[in-house]
Amino acid sequence: MRKYILKRLLQSVVILFFVAFIIYALMRCLPTSYIEAMARQKSMQAGSKSYEEWMEQLTVMYNMDGSIVSGYFKWLGQMLTGNFGDSWRWTVPVLQKFNDTVWLSFAMGLISFVLEILIAVPLGIIAATKQYSKTDYTISVIALAGISLPTFFFASLLKLVFSVKLGWFDLYGLVGRSYDQLSAFGQIMDKANHLVLPIITLVVVSMGGLMRYTRTNMLEVLNADYIRTARAKGLSERKVIYHHAFRNTLIPLVTIIGGSLPGLFGGALITETLFGIPGIGFASYYSMVAGDIPFSMFYLVFISILTLLGNLIADILYAVVDPRVRIA
Amino acid sequence: MDEYKDKMEPSTEEVREEQYSLSDDRRVKVLSPGALVAKRFFRNRLAVTGMVILVIMFAFSFIGGVLSPYQQDQKFYRIDSQAKDYAGVLYNDEYRYTVGDADLFKSSVHAQALKAIIQGNDSFEYNGISYTLEKLADEVYTVSSGGNVIGIASKELVNSSTQEAMPFDFTLAAFTAQSGGEKSFSAGGKEYDLSEDGVITDASGSEVAYISKYIVKAVMSDVFFTREFKDDLIAAVESGEKSFKYTGEDGVEAEYILKYDADTKSYDVKQEIDTKVFDTYSAPSKDHWLGTDRNGMDMLTRLMYGGRISLMIGFIVVFLESFLGILMGGISGYFGGWVDGLIMRIVDVFYCIPSMPIIIILGAAMDAANMPSLRRMIYLMLILGVLGWAGVARLVRGQILSLREQEFMTATEACGIAPSRRIFRHLIPNVIPQLIVYMTMGLGETIILEATLSFLGLGVRFPFASWGNIINDVNDTFVLTNYWFIWIPAGVLLLITVLAFNIVGDGLRDAFDPKMKR
Repeated sequence: MRKYILKRLLQSVVILFFVAFIIYALMRCLPTSYIEAMARQKSMQAGSKSYEEWMEQLTVMYNMDGSIVSGYFKWLGQMLTGNFGDSWRWTVPVLQKFNDTVWLSFAMGLISFVLEILIAVPLGIIAATKQYSKTDYTISVIALAGISLPTFFFASLLKLVFSVKLGWFDLYGLVGRSYDQLSAFGQIMDKANHLVLPIITLVVVSMGGLMRYTRTNMLEVLNADYIRTARAKGLSERKVIYHHAFRNTLIPLVTIIGGSLPGLFGGALITETLFGIPGIGFASYYSMVAGDIPFSMFYLVFISILTLLGNLIADILYAVVDPRVRIA
Repeated sequence: MDEYKDKMEPSTEEVREEQYSLSDDRRVKVLSPGALVAKRFFRNRLAVTGMVILVIMFAFSFIGGVLSPYQQDQKFYRIDSQAKDYAGVLYNDEYRYTVGDADLFKSSVHAQALKAIIQGNDSFEYNGISYTLEKLADEVYTVSSGGNVIGIASKELVNSSTQEAMPFDFTLAAFTAQSGGEKSFSAGGKEYDLSEDGVITDASGSEVAYISKYIVKAVMSDVFFTREFKDDLIAAVESGEKSFKYTGEDGVEAEYILKYDADTKSYDVKQEIDTKVFDTYSAPSKDHWLGTDRNGMDMLTRLMYGGRISLMIGFIVVFLESFLGILMGGISGYFGGWVDGLIMRIVDVFYCIPSMPIIIILGAAMDAANMPSLRRMIYLMLILGVLGWAGVARLVRGQILSLREQEFMTATEACGIAPSRRIFRHLIPNVIPQLIVYMTMGLGETIILEATLSFLGLGVRFPFASWGNIINDVNDTFVLTNYWFIWIPAGVLLLITVLAFNIVGDGLRDAFDPKMKR
């Protein structure tokens, strides 16, 4: 087991090396960059140096001289020593900006993830036990609709209904206008109020997949021989489903849920941007659009690590919860 | 699929059954695997509904665009009356000073002159210089010093009708003539006529100035007022009307709105003219069933063309990624060994690359490079395809790994069939069912991805319409609040189409699965 994990980790490091290189090369190849925009802006100022001179100076300053390969190794070397540089767009150290934003995203992600599980798993099981009934069709269609729903459209609909028509929530932002005048408890409630719509969006858009996954696995389990045996023994349907079948459905569920845990740190790029929630997704969106290489690089590599970690956790959990699976 | 349908026709089958004897082999209905799949698919009511929706969507997008009387980039106009700032009218009820000799008639002297006028004095002294006041007419006084007229203090003013300012001699001569009731005067070597209501015309009969308490100034420097317009305007001001109509020399009647501004004691005159403007955000009507968008284009037509682009991008991207995926997955799964290892590591790398952020970065880069819309769309498809093939490759490889070990593959090898033929003729067709399901679901996903990018302004660009960039307007809160018809139809179409793709994919998966009894 330890050997397997070690092997997978080493593999992940190699993959990460190439992924980071591809991302770095892409960022360097961008036709116009933040540096150019900045040089242009600086050369516009009265009595300033020419655009070319600024360009030259800034290129050296931001370590953008030299080839892509050497630049990549320089970046890699600095990153390994824990120096991620300063974000250009936010003008603070990358790690500081990351620390400022990631916890909000994590909190939002965790709440919606828990809600998602609480809604999707029971519904998936109900759908499977009543296969081909009206309930099953309804739940299946809801699940598919959730998958098919474009995030931005659903978010706009929520805004129209709850913010514009009913006026319950603000359209944008994490805090209201009178945030500074509120008490400590009031401030928490204010933030919670602003997070309601983003969390609803996240839950609705992502619960479909889990619902279908639960249903498929539950159906598979219900067709297994040991369920027939349990029924043949004369156990009540309740006991068959919630005692024998559900436990076995848990195996793939735990695997997929464990695998999605690292993703909670990755933030929700679209949802956060649409609702103006200053989480990591929001920060990275504006960094990427502005061509802020240090922060974007950091974010992209971070996301890649989360993906690899998620896969690894899923594979390990699979072996841990299911004694039939042996990993070499 | 039609040929299968015929076999399923119950009425013909019944007829046939009666004709064959019990032992006849033809009594047993033989269905090919394909027919069985079709049969299972068409029994699934939900999947058929999805299929019907898709057919409708395709018809809407591809045929609808042809039937629509409008073009996708056809702009519509409407006549709108706009009030523009046109003129300002000032009623003068204070003494104003026309300066002849700037050295002597300074502003400090103005105040002294005013004081003398109010007190009724004929002369005044200031700083040791004596000035004489002479009354020309009611509220018109000349100020002289040392026998020369150095300035005029008056409530009525000589206003130039042209852009040029009037010389002092002219003003003085005009006032003198008016007070004496004369019909003409000369100034600067030229003869001028003066009418009773104070209009001064030169020898050629064109108006050069007028004497009035009203000062009419145009807001725009290139606007020139005719005498009649000014008379009408002043008449309206004097009678306290709020608006009046005037037909200009070009025969266009316009309405003018007067508004008194107490701070500056002046009237603002606004001209209401009918202007042709883009028919933006007009509500649904008989001509435009879903109204018009920000650029005054017909919404329904845009939706049709947008559907074309969205569906086409979806198909091209999915075919591209399937092509790459089948190629790489097929090679990897069939050959195994180091080829497999290498390709699978590449797949791992592509699987790990966060595609959404990468596309956003590339979109922003294409923005910065000012790429033409069409080229941008092609690049977008290429990027989406290249980033998406890893999943297909994994699927194909996994399938091939299990199929490779089966007897029919050993048979192909024994027959000496070339590897490429073995892969693409015998292996791949067996992967097709899973692939079709994957592609159908992938279509929906790609359409959402493209729409999301277009929504963020990083995907398909104007003048091309796509469902995503139609909804993009909702970023403007005013549109979100007031114009539902701009973004809700596009969103609903998007939702329904993707939902239909997913339902059909689901139905196909069930239909391909031989374990499914229904």
